[in-house]
Amino acid sequence: MIPELGHFALILALLVAAVQGVVPLFGAHTRDAAWMAVARPAAYTQLFLVLFAFVALSHAFATQDFSVVYVANNSNSQLPMMYRLSAVWGSHEGSLLLWTLILSLWTAAVARFSKSLPEAFAARVIAVMGLVAVGFMLFMLFTSNPFERHIPALIEGRDLNPLLQDPGLIIHPPMLYIGYVGFAVPFAFAIAALLSGQLDAGWARWSRPWTLVSWSFLTLGIALGSWWAYYELGWGGWWFWDPVENASFMPWLAGTALIHSQAVTEKRGAFRSWTVLLSITAFALSLLGTFLVRSGVLTSVHAFANDPARGLFILVYLLTVIGGALTLYAWRAPRVASPIATTPMSRETFLLINNLFFAVAAATVLLGTLYPLVIDALGLGKISVGPPYFGFMFAILMAPVVALMPAAPYVRWKTDEPGRVAESLWKPLAIAVAIAALLLPLYWSGLSLFLLGGVLGGCWVIVGTLWYVVRRFRTRPPGRFRLLPAGEMGMILAHFGVGIFVLGVTITNTFSVEQDIRLTPGEEYELAGHVFRFETVETLDGPNYTATQGTFLVSRGDDTVAMLYPQKRRYPQGNQMMTEAAIEAGFTRDIYVSLGEPLSDGAWSVRIYYKPFIRWIWLGALFMMAGGFVAAFDKRYRRTRAAAAEHAAPRVVEQGTAPQGA
Amino acid sequence: MWRFLLPVMVFLAIAGFLYAGLDLNPQLIPSPLINKPAPDFDLPTVNDPARRISRKQLLGQEYLLNVWASWCVACREEHNVITAIAQSGEIPVYGLNYKDTRKNATRWLAQFGDPYVASAHDLDGRTGIDFGVYGAPETFLVDAAGNIRYKFIGVLTPEVIEDEIWPLVATLRSTPAAKAEKPAADKPRAEKPVVEEQDPAE
Amino acid sequence: MSSYRALPLLLALLASAAAWSIDPFQFDDPAHTERYKTLIEEFRCLQCQNQNLADSDAPLAVDLRREIADMIRSERSDDEIRGFLVQRYGDFILYRPPVQPTTWLLWFGPLMLLLVSSATVFTVVRRRSQLVEAPLTESKHEDTERFHGDQEL
Repeated sequence: MIPELGHFALILALLVAAVQGVVPLFGAHTRDAAWMAVARPAAYTQLFLVLFAFVALSHAFATQDFSVVYVANNSNSQLPMMYRLSAVWGSHEGSLLLWTLILSLWTAAVARFSKSLPEAFAARVIAVMGLVAVGFMLFMLFTSNPFERHIPALIEGRDLNPLLQDPGLIIHPPMLYIGYVGFAVPFAFAIAALLSGQLDAGWARWSRPWTLVSWSFLTLGIALGSWWAYYELGWGGWWFWDPVENASFMPWLAGTALIHSQAVTEKRGAFRSWTVLLSITAFALSLLGTFLVRSGVLTSVHAFANDPARGLFILVYLLTVIGGALTLYAWRAPRVASPIATTPMSRETFLLINNLFFAVAAATVLLGTLYPLVIDALGLGKISVGPPYFGFMFAILMAPVVALMPAAPYVRWKTDEPGRVAESLWKPLAIAVAIAALLLPLYWSGLSLFLLGGVLGGCWVIVGTLWYVVRRFRTRPPGRFRLLPAGEMGMILAHFGVGIFVLGVTITNTFSVEQDIRLTPGEEYELAGHVFRFETVETLDGPNYTATQGTFLVSRGDDTVAMLYPQKRRYPQGNQMMTEAAIEAGFTRDIYVSLGEPLSDGAWSVRIYYKPFIRWIWLGALFMMAGGFVAAFDKRYRRTRAAAAEHAAPRVVEQGTAPQGA
Repeated sequence: MWRFLLPVMVFLAIAGFLYAGLDLNPQLIPSPLINKPAPDFDLPTVNDPARRISRKQLLGQEYLLNVWASWCVACREEHNVITAIAQSGEIPVYGLNYKDTRKNATRWLAQFGDPYVASAHDLDGRTGIDFGVYGAPETFLVDAAGNIRYKFIGVLTPEVIEDEIWPLVATLRSTPAAKAEKPAADKPRAEKPVVEEQDPAE
Repeated sequence: MSSYRALPLLLALLASAAAWSIDPFQFDDPAHTERYKTLIEEFRCLQCQNQNLADSDAPLAVDLRREIADMIRSERSDDEIRGFLVQRYGDFILYRPPVQPTTWLLWFGPLMLLLVSSATVFTVVRRRSQLVEAPLTESKHEDTERFHGDQEL
């Protein structure tokens, strides 16, 4: 009964979303306040209905209702409650429902926090989000209904993929989706702006906090995914350039460009059509990711079970939403474009260069991800594009970004004197070079251009960013201590995080050591100054698996560093084997032991890793995320309606008729 | 204002490729060995380790080389189809027993029937690697000159045999070039004297 | 379509992704160990398809690692080893696609895009600096020169 109610709620939600997508849009067009007023109640109703459906599916999982096909396929009576609930988004249908729920949440949030916006504008934004939801609900109801029944009910379910039975996988998908789907908000703002022609600094200001929050969630989601892959997949890597990883990374790159170009549009009213295009692109890349994961056109470790019918549906959806948006852009953007005067030595130029590199980086990931498909479709054979390609391209594309990033905040808007900029930059640069030089003995053994560039770049970003903070406080009026504006604090945190990240990547890539060895209990092995003593092997019973667990005593000199317990688990329901690596995490290094296969004579194959600074990679990402959140809560985004209206008035900077580029 | 049209055009191009991608199978990897000489091999047979089977022996006739193993579940699924081909007498079917123990392989043949003229026993999988095998079952069509003409990955179906293999075999037999390299001195010494009677072009 | 059968296959692949086996290959020469580790990361496992040979536990990956280790011991060059694998499995096995006419777009596309968009950025910035109000427009020429200077930064 409850699954049917959930199904019914979903159908109602579709109808509500359709109303929400059409009525306010028409109202905004005809300036009919009553029609526009439909937007907010519809958004709240839609949220309620989708939430109901989601709870209904969760209930089916919690109560082990194996008459629901989706539950039977992804759960099992032995499955612990925690994983029963996370199994709701463990596979295709349920994760779509989560996608839709998050979209409803974003829509309701926009409805709630858009009171300061002009009524027609808010109505258009909410309507566009309704239309986006319609497509997803149709997709779910017609091709991927999570409430489908199997009568008679199955006695026992298959199991949730053991890989997903992990705390990391409980939170990774929701965070990632909040980020992905959140880009629907700037997308809707862009479409509303194109429809109304109201494309000015005020528009960028409204859109900015939403973009920042989505971007922060996406950053967190990607970092969690990387961390999960690191400890769960047992190969010690943190990023593999897998198509599905790329699918989440492309919107991130476009989103990073977007938050920087929005800054220019907000402060200076410049690059408007470019900001609109990036808003559309970031969401388009999110949807493309959805297509790639679910259509089966690319092979991936993380892909969902897929079939071409679903792929075709999403493709038609992509054509409608993205094709439509870009056509609207081609039609309306030329009218809103108006160049704003700037000099080459200005913050604007630096941010434009940032956009240049991030856009090219996103395009490169897109090219590399789709290239095998293109070659195959053209009948030119099958090729693989993997880490060696992406790693090479990224080292080249990100080096200028790292070099210029710390400098940009020192440069004034509109125009600045190169002499003044150089004067304020030489000190932090000298300090960064000095630090990198002083540390040289520590990393001399692995010296390469990549390492030197990475250490120097990381130090430069960190020192340059901290120096900026010091200078900002020093130039403030004396006597009164006040925090920097949140927007600026956020920028500082995020840039600082990039420095941490760069150091982490460089040092881990250069100095990680790994060894595959054959060990018998009682034997020892020495790696990177640590002695690993293989104590015992025993068998344990988990809630729904049996594990073979090894005990390793790790010591350094006379000190015990850690006891590690790597496991090899067997999940009998699906007869699957899992390797659970044991990790001793540390600020400057991880020690990672993974148990392989039993060999002859009681020996085991064992893989040991020593990974210096690997935590800095995720730590850097956390700083970036925090920066985005802090920046989103800048006071100026919470202006009153009056202030917003003032800004909404078109700012006329119509010198010249030269068409706007970019 | 073509500049503003560029994004939608790029998008449509991408969408076109995505559409084409729906009909492609990314897991199917074509063999680079098609129309190239089959790799050399010389292996003991599964049923009799004293007897050997080699590429040279098989020259002079078209044959199918079916990669199978007792651990391969899909091979069991395919077994009836392979048996049907062998019974049709159209073309000899040889087996390449891939990474299997002799004990398991003979038991498997005893249990499900042995359609193969002979099966080469590739215990360490090296011949498999030479043939570019990446998963059983796989089936190769080798022509009389010892060139690989066709490879099928996965479970053979009657449709594939009807639509792809038989037409190709017919073409091979009607082209004299395929028999040009038939070595006179080195007649195959397989268990069954297949060469003369199997070649309707004679 | 065979994609319909993808579910169990994918699940099996996922499981194999997390349950690798280790084959401790020992080399006498540390240079061999380095070459071996670098090489096996460059090749794609065909059985599990989205892992490299280093990370995969598929039986074929184990066999191919053994072949590569043997070839390294017998002093075959990296190119010979790549050739050995490509001859059998095609370019698909290379995670670093070879530079050839069909991959020119892949290898040089990003660079071309960077050049084209840099040129666009350059023109946009120059055009906009010409819009700057009267006092600044006089030094238009100088501005352009300064922009050149910045690019070298």
